[in-house]
Amino acid sequence: MTSPSPVPPMPDAPPRIEVVDLDMAYGGFVIQRNLHFTVRPAEIFVVMGGSGSGKSTLLRLLIGLKAPARGDVFYDGQSLWTADPAEREAMMRRVGVVYQSNALWSSLTLSENVALLLEEFTDLGEQEIRDAAALKLALVGLAGFEDFYPSEVSGGMEKRAALARALALDPEILFLDEPSTGLDPINARLLDDLILDLRDGLGTTVVVVTHDLASIQAIGDNAVFLDSETKTMMAQGHPKALLADPPNPRVKAFLTREPIAR
Amino acid sequence: MQIFVADVVGVAVAQEVGALMTAILLAGRTGAAFAAQLGSMQVKEEIDALTTAGISPVQFLVLPRVLALVLMTPVLTIYADLFAMLGGGLVAITMLDLSATAYVVRLVQVVSISDFGMGLVRASVFGVLIAMAGCLRGMQSGRSASAVGLAATSAVVTSLVLTIIADGLLSVIFHVLRL
Repeated sequence: MTSPSPVPPMPDAPPRIEVVDLDMAYGGFVIQRNLHFTVRPAEIFVVMGGSGSGKSTLLRLLIGLKAPARGDVFYDGQSLWTADPAEREAMMRRVGVVYQSNALWSSLTLSENVALLLEEFTDLGEQEIRDAAALKLALVGLAGFEDFYPSEVSGGMEKRAALARALALDPEILFLDEPSTGLDPINARLLDDLILDLRDGLGTTVVVVTHDLASIQAIGDNAVFLDSETKTMMAQGHPKALLADPPNPRVKAFLTREPIAR
Repeated sequence: MQIFVADVVGVAVAQEVGALMTAILLAGRTGAAFAAQLGSMQVKEEIDALTTAGISPVQFLVLPRVLALVLMTPVLTIYADLFAMLGGGLVAITMLDLSATAYVVRLVQVVSISDFGMGLVRASVFGVLIAMAGCLRGMQSGRSASAVGLAATSAVVTSLVLTIIADGLLSVIFHVLRL
């Protein structure tokens, strides 16, 4: 059996996700303003920034959980926030999400967590669903843990189970919120490798929200830096290029872990 | 005169008190549990995960709980009715010099099926209100541990207030319908 040929990022392809003139706020408190960027198909796109810069809020906005104060998000040219609820639900069906807290349904086993989506959205039979769920769990190295509840496995295993669930319906786009939080360096590296495999093997577009510098440099094809003080998107580009030639001191401080002298 | 103890206990319990006692216990036990369960699901982003997956949290989490209480509150009310009448009998026999036979015979004479029916209708309505209040407060919960506690407290208060209001309204409705 030959391995599938890697699917490279497609820089000239039309954007898979386009964020246009986006303002994010909680009530009257603005978190970020004028966000504007595009994510290309099969790209690993990193949203980076310090704590409180609005990374996770941006993710909630991209997956339809929080409305923007201004602006819009487009999936393959289709507006997310002017779409009616049925259209938005259909758009979100193409998306898999790994939440910061994993968000596995605690009353279901790992296998049932994956199977629930297959039961709801496919015509597969009971045995096929069980097999497919076991396959997804095996893909993330959790073969043999199908009947464990989320509370019975380690944080790293929970994270991988959350990834298996996010992959249940073979999404075109995968969102990960702080995927390496709570993982030891080896497991964090294995997760990075898994994300790269998904992109290379299946052409999945991946959006990662993180402040894990090693991960940013290891997997990112493109990145934006959100700054909490100026409440703006301070930089965009390949993470290695941003590290080699930081566009301003705050981006440099973040990428090099060297606080700005005051 | 003592024989009227059976009238008071039987009719009051079957029509109203049994359902009301059950509702108060369920508000404290199950209403709070629903709020805490759904509140902790909010904290752990489990409800967000359902929403983004296109699974309605109302259908998946709220409806089964409402259905459970609609079905089980009347069953528990029958249980409460029996024990309340048994307790009334115990007082009548030990403190009011009434014989067990006289108490039971009088109960059977004065308590009708429609009395129980009114109690069971109340129980079903209370069940819906307690489940809805518990689930609503759970879904409205903030995303911290203390918010889950507040949601549970709020669920009990809301359940009790709604139960008492509904009890009064049902009494008026039953009176108007001459049941």
